[in-house]
Amino acid sequence: MATAAAVNVDTERENYLNSTYGIRSWLLTTDHKRIALLYLVSITFFFFIGGFFALLIRLELLTPAGDLVLSDTYNKLFSMHGQIMVFFFLVPSIPAVLGNFLIPMMVGAKDLALPRINLISWYLYIIGGALMLHAMVLGGVDTGWTFYTPFSTSFSNTHVIEAGLAIFIAGFSSILTGLNIVVTVHRMRAPGLTWSRLPLFVWSMYATSVIMLLGTPVLAITLVLVVLERSLHLGIFDPTLGGDPLLFQHLFWFYSHPAVYIMILPSMGVVSEIIPCFSRKRAFGYSAIALSSIGIAVLGFLVWAHHMFVAGISLYSALVFSLLSYLVAVPSAIKVFNWTATMYKGSISFDTPMLYAFGFIGLFTIGGLTGLFLAALGIDVHVTDTYFVIAHFHYIMVGGAVMGYLGGMHFWWPKISGRMYPEFWGKLAALIVFIGFNLTFFPQFILGYLGMPRRYWQYPPEFQVLNVLSTAGSTILAVGYLLPMAYFLWSLRYGKVAGDNPWGAAGLEWKTSSPPPTFNFDYEPVVTWEAYNYHEIPAPEEVNA
Amino acid sequence: MAGTVDALFIFLTLLSVVMTVAIFATVLFFATKYRRRAGVEAEQIEGSTILELAWSIIPMGIFIVIFVWGAVIFFEERTPPMASTEVYVVAKQWMWKLEHAEGPREINALHVPVGRDIKLIMTSQDVIHDFFVPAFRMKQDVVPGRYTTEWFRATKTGTYHLFCAEYCGTSHSGMIGDIVVMEPAAYDAWLAGGGATGTLAQNGSALFQQLGCPTCHRADGQGRGPNLVGIFGKPVQLEDGRTVIADENYIRESILAPAAKVVSGYKPIMPVFQGLVSEEQLSTLVAYVKSLSQAPSGAAGSSLTTAASSSSAMQNP
Amino acid sequence: MSDTSVAVETHESEQEHLALRHHFVTVEQQRNSSHLAMWLFLATEVMFFGGMFCAYLIYRIWFYAEFAAGSRSLDITLGTINTAVLICSSLTVALGVRAAQMGKRKLLVVLLLLTLVLGLAFLGIKGVEWYAKYTEHHIPGSTFNVSDLVQDYPTLHIDPRHEQIFFSLYFAMTGMHAIHMIVGVGLFLYLTYKAWKGTYGPEYYTPIEIGGLYWHFVDIIWIYLFPLLYLIDRKPLH
Repeated sequence: MATAAAVNVDTERENYLNSTYGIRSWLLTTDHKRIALLYLVSITFFFFIGGFFALLIRLELLTPAGDLVLSDTYNKLFSMHGQIMVFFFLVPSIPAVLGNFLIPMMVGAKDLALPRINLISWYLYIIGGALMLHAMVLGGVDTGWTFYTPFSTSFSNTHVIEAGLAIFIAGFSSILTGLNIVVTVHRMRAPGLTWSRLPLFVWSMYATSVIMLLGTPVLAITLVLVVLERSLHLGIFDPTLGGDPLLFQHLFWFYSHPAVYIMILPSMGVVSEIIPCFSRKRAFGYSAIALSSIGIAVLGFLVWAHHMFVAGISLYSALVFSLLSYLVAVPSAIKVFNWTATMYKGSISFDTPMLYAFGFIGLFTIGGLTGLFLAALGIDVHVTDTYFVIAHFHYIMVGGAVMGYLGGMHFWWPKISGRMYPEFWGKLAALIVFIGFNLTFFPQFILGYLGMPRRYWQYPPEFQVLNVLSTAGSTILAVGYLLPMAYFLWSLRYGKVAGDNPWGAAGLEWKTSSPPPTFNFDYEPVVTWEAYNYHEIPAPEEVNA
Repeated sequence: MAGTVDALFIFLTLLSVVMTVAIFATVLFFATKYRRRAGVEAEQIEGSTILELAWSIIPMGIFIVIFVWGAVIFFEERTPPMASTEVYVVAKQWMWKLEHAEGPREINALHVPVGRDIKLIMTSQDVIHDFFVPAFRMKQDVVPGRYTTEWFRATKTGTYHLFCAEYCGTSHSGMIGDIVVMEPAAYDAWLAGGGATGTLAQNGSALFQQLGCPTCHRADGQGRGPNLVGIFGKPVQLEDGRTVIADENYIRESILAPAAKVVSGYKPIMPVFQGLVSEEQLSTLVAYVKSLSQAPSGAAGSSLTTAASSSSAMQNP
Repeated sequence: MSDTSVAVETHESEQEHLALRHHFVTVEQQRNSSHLAMWLFLATEVMFFGGMFCAYLIYRIWFYAEFAAGSRSLDITLGTINTAVLICSSLTVALGVRAAQMGKRKLLVVLLLLTLVLGLAFLGIKGVEWYAKYTEHHIPGSTFNVSDLVQDYPTLHIDPRHEQIFFSLYFAMTGMHAIHMIVGVGLFLYLTYKAWKGTYGPEYYTPIEIGGLYWHFVDIIWIYLFPLLYLIDRKPLH
């Protein structure tokens, strides 16, 4: 771990990394920063497993015939790719890594409100992850990440129960993280730090946490019912026993739609921090951005059945959910416009975090616009359950959420580790990710419109060219993701020592050393300034000049 | 309908291209024009309420337009014309079984005459499937335990892909077939060529007799069960005061679980046929009951042309 | 208190230490944070049970006859007794909080123990009810058999498949509730032990308060379960 970081004299100063040594001091820590790093290692591990499955999927899809793996294996690959990426990577990624690390500092506190609950949440994540790995090793799950009944309850011959329980436990971890964040934001703010002075990242994380709190339990009970049904042969969702398969879908999507906002809101928060910093000015429309986060959280709970337009719901339900889905698109659009406007008359630099923010804006815009297609009832009938949907959500999840995550990791890496990553490699990786991503997923929009269904192990030959393009892109994307792994590790020993505030950024987290001391601040912060007070903070070049 | 769906799709694509280019260009423009230069300070701008309102209201307005446009298409997709020819579809892992009202049965293929309205009445024997024909821009989940429907009118002859579009297990991607659209003459020839096993309704009539249904469901109205002549598609008053429409799902439920919706004035004494009739047999019975409400000229609809092909889905709440 | 002065000091300084952990600035802040955290957690529990309530309500509307018959087959006497037991246990918890506030250690321990006893009584009575269901073959699965209900209510024409859904939901809901009760019992065992050791007093009794909140919540869930499962449609069925 990071105990080897103390090479340079400057970082000999006591900080959260070197204050105590030994495995017990890490595994029994209640320091939010150490817990964030525990999460960082864990979710990176799962990211690579999920990514490995994705590569296998794309390799199989190079040819129309199913010739790399068996169809059952392929079905398990896409199922577990989805489950691992959603529940064990995306949902925890920013909240449990960046949120845990930064929120206490951003509000001027010594720790989150419930440090021991924080540690418990990590252990729950690990237990859930271990169960998931176990299920994988035993043979995996092939229900799709959506677990539709009656296939998952009565027909699948795979480890549905274990996977369901693993996700249940990981969900509990997620609930505790959200709980901690909400209580911290309400009760732990430093004197003078009013809500309207909070960083927009905190607003986004607050909205995310509300969704985690209210949505995840519904997934939990749904999974419990599926597990009970499967193990005890009940009939709640089984039509041959009088149950209704659509009830499952309603319950499942009631969480899983807000879940996608859990996955994107934190990244939006990251972008809201990066753009002001690298434009040297206050975010344009602070209130609009903050309130949009809350708006997305609330409206996100009202649109779940847009995943079910062709499932057998009534015409009138479909109309209502389509209209509401357009409503929820508005706050996201507001954010994109405000970020763009923030750059107006700014003083813009192109460091790696800013490149990721640009990438986010572009790719999230495309992903969001394709959401308009899907919300249109007449169009959705044609493109739902095809590669069009896959492209849409990967543009948001990967082009949006993951780029935001990487941008945030680069932005706060100096704070976390006390070291700078190598800027050239950072920019290069960002470019490779952007190119690889678009090549992987843009062809899939076309594939979807042409009619290639999703979850297909084999496909008609006319779809091959686009699939080959997509697979080629995925290999490039993989390189783009491996690079940061490598150079972040490299920087721990060889990276340039970062000062307290290498970016000249606003925010309380930058008003303490890098890496911070265990209790975050050597003084009691009192806030007397508005957020994003860039008119008072010199740009890095001026500091270094 | 492929045309109308594509029209909205093209509009949305253009809109997306315009918005994407606009955002990209603005970002690039600002990034270049306002790149960091020594001695040049950023200007702190709080925001602009006018802009916020503008870029909230205008997109919302555009979204409403898209919503209405999509809803109108959807209405049409979901409303099969009255005189559609019916085809019953039973999906199972991992194949499609289709039964024409006129009688022929097909596996993984559907022959239809060009220009005719075809309504599919579908159910699954096991898990959820989905009857997807990209060329017709139509898709509808096929759910076990109930009927779902969709309709289309093919406007060009040819052979088109049929895909299962709801993941259903091992051979989900193998559950594909062909929709063969033929000239009316060729279709009639094809129809005549297959073995004559009777129309769906005829088979249903035979089964109806065989199962003893006429004992109670007498046409003179004196039976212990309601008279079934002319009831299809009409409202039915139930014992508990509700009124339902006697559609395919109602007929099906009344056979499988008769006590669920008992007709007013009758006792709930009908035997339960759950487990005693297969999905295919159910289709024939439903077709038979329907035929009791149709004019004697038969189940086949008129072979009109005009307009684009269409697709739809109908379902209960 | 009847403790020696040294013990009193130890308890008081321990309470002060617990009342203000290192990352909080004031005792008030810590107390408010704990309370907010528990309320938020209870909100998640509402959503958790809400999913099941939702499923139950939908099926109740669809399969009215079977659900009515199922409700009738539950033992309303035991259910009522259990409701009274839980309400009393909430009373003892509330009184316990007051005892802690007033520094009455022995009274607090007694009240917590009473709560435990009442909670265990609830679970015991629940076990009796479930055993009755077992002997009646009303537990979903391979042994499920509702020919008794079909016979008892001939005019309803009960479909066993639909009846099975009632009992699936019955066991799922009461089972989940029982699991939460067991967790509550475990929690209160811990609280009783700590109370006996003198950890709680006027300076610091937050765990009693928030443990009490949890207990009240589990009680309220039962107060919804009882009418929904037992009481609906007690009038003669036609």
